[in-house]
Amino acid sequence: MAGIELAGIAHRYHGNDAYSVNPLNQHWQDGGAYALLGPSGCGKTTLLNIISGLLSPTGGKVLFDGQDMTGLRTEQRNIAQVFQFPVVYDTLSVAENLAFPLRNRGLEKLEVSARVKEVLTLLGMTGRGQQQASSLNADDKQKISLGRGLVRTDVNAILFDEPLTVIDPHLKWQLRTELKKIHRQFGHTMIYVTHDQTEALTFADQVVVMYEGSVVQIGTPQQLFDKPQHTFVGSFIGSPGMNIIRCGVDGSDAIIEGNRIPLHQSVTATGDGLELGIRPEHIQLSGSEGVSVEVTVVEDVGKHIVVRTRLAEQEIDVIVREGTAIPERVFLKFDAAKLNLYQDSFLLDSDP
Amino acid sequence: MKVHNNRAWLLVLPVLVLVAVSAIIPLMTVVNYSVQDSFGNNEFFWVGTEWFQEILASERFHNALQRTLLFSALILAIEIPLGISIALAMPRKGFGVSICLVLMALPLLIPWNVVGTIWQVFGRVDIGLLGYGLANLGVDYNYTQDTMDAWITLIVMDVWHWTSLVVLLCYSGLVAIPEVYYQAARIDGASRWAIFRYIQLPKMKRVLLIAVLLRFMDSFMIYTEPFVVTGGGPGNATTFLSIDLVQMAVGQFDLGPAAAMSLIYFLIILLLCWIFYTVMTSTTEQDATAAGERRHE
Repeated sequence: MAGIELAGIAHRYHGNDAYSVNPLNQHWQDGGAYALLGPSGCGKTTLLNIISGLLSPTGGKVLFDGQDMTGLRTEQRNIAQVFQFPVVYDTLSVAENLAFPLRNRGLEKLEVSARVKEVLTLLGMTGRGQQQASSLNADDKQKISLGRGLVRTDVNAILFDEPLTVIDPHLKWQLRTELKKIHRQFGHTMIYVTHDQTEALTFADQVVVMYEGSVVQIGTPQQLFDKPQHTFVGSFIGSPGMNIIRCGVDGSDAIIEGNRIPLHQSVTATGDGLELGIRPEHIQLSGSEGVSVEVTVVEDVGKHIVVRTRLAEQEIDVIVREGTAIPERVFLKFDAAKLNLYQDSFLLDSDP
Repeated sequence: MKVHNNRAWLLVLPVLVLVAVSAIIPLMTVVNYSVQDSFGNNEFFWVGTEWFQEILASERFHNALQRTLLFSALILAIEIPLGISIALAMPRKGFGVSICLVLMALPLLIPWNVVGTIWQVFGRVDIGLLGYGLANLGVDYNYTQDTMDAWITLIVMDVWHWTSLVVLLCYSGLVAIPEVYYQAARIDGASRWAIFRYIQLPKMKRVLLIAVLLRFMDSFMIYTEPFVVTGGGPGNATTFLSIDLVQMAVGQFDLGPAAAMSLIYFLIILLLCWIFYTVMTSTTEQDATAAGERRHE
């Protein structure tokens, strides 16, 4: 187990001018459970492969507990990685598959079989060790891929690259819970790449959000929800995501399409590119006071109602409780304490 | 009750006619010859299984069969491992891929008798580059007189002609392996040999089966090249079943024995192909059965 430090890591794929991963510094604490969250193509997998050594970065250094690993091959880094699609060695049995990484490292036979037995129990596959791996279904194959990562006790970190993509939805929860349990039990450093916010938020203590090759925010699920540092984080997390509304500022008021919205404290912001961020959960419908809007769609999603409204050309989503009556003329009241002001997509720090 | 619509047979008819004309009728003609003795004026006498007994008992047939089996065994033993190694060494991307593929495909495009002629001339001691070169190096090489030299020439020629086929098949199997398998192998610390043994070879199994079957059938039926290069000689040293058969049917015009031999020849190929197929697919079937059983649980 080790803490992982990325110092100025950057990557550009061959023949591309643009960086896939912009130069970044990042520290992953020893024993932490991290999620790396972002849309497809934002550089998450690239970053993961740089850590495991499957990819050598264009620039920067990878350090494990302060030791430079940049020049070392994957095998020497002692990393476990589970991929999006299950990888099993078809001609080997389940037990032989689990033993494979240990045998390659020349472990004693007795130790290998003891470890394999432990992992089989952990995966809930006791007694199926002799089964041919090629005859397993996708779920079980992915469990085996996972098991090959867990079978080594001395790994520096376990990396997951969207490991639950091919897994049945009902099993996803179960496996994720299992992973959290394993994390608590063994305290491996775990980095979990996903584009699914639910997965990220339930798995990790710390979520690292990536967008277009850069880390835009690191924080607990609560921080990501309440104080998104970047409009992307706001709109990516939540369903529907945060409303991002173009606005102006005058003193301690934000101005949206001529409506004055009081901010909870005055901010000094000038210039263009100002946007107000507010979660749909933090807006109230009113029949008389607030900002007058036009309702476009009302969606009842079961646990709550999503009201999609329009103010001039800007769309604002509101979440209200089941059974709320939608007034004929709709006004919106914003919760001043939950308003975030952004300039050029980044949060303006309102706390002094 | 299910209503049977017999008009469906009409749709099968064209295929049936084609197969009948191209395969069944000619084959039955051969069967017809194999159980009769023929004289001039189209006179035929029923002889039953006499020709079959004669062929199966004849030393000439045994010798030709042994030579052919040995030839096929050597061809498979050389071309399959060589083909796999070349496929493994070929580049996976970049401009080298097209160059390799074109070079590999070239021998496959040359007609059999041309290949024979090329090597016949190539190996000649008086004017051939290979034969003349070897002679000047002091090697005593003459494929028209020495049995060993004749065999080596034929085998090198076949390896030159057909290894590409094995290479191309294996290469297609190799490039179909997703990159993630190699990544997982690196994470698992697999050696080069382990990667070959547990990833590449299993993934190549299906194309290898095709390669083995094709190379076995082709080498077991080889005719044109040895006919052009050695003509079955020196002596009978390279008289394979096919050459023997043609000598019997065309040279001696023994239609009955030739037909019986053709059928035996055909059955041997069928039997050996079936054995190859069964052995090579047995593990896959086990997997399939195991998966099927699990589904029923």
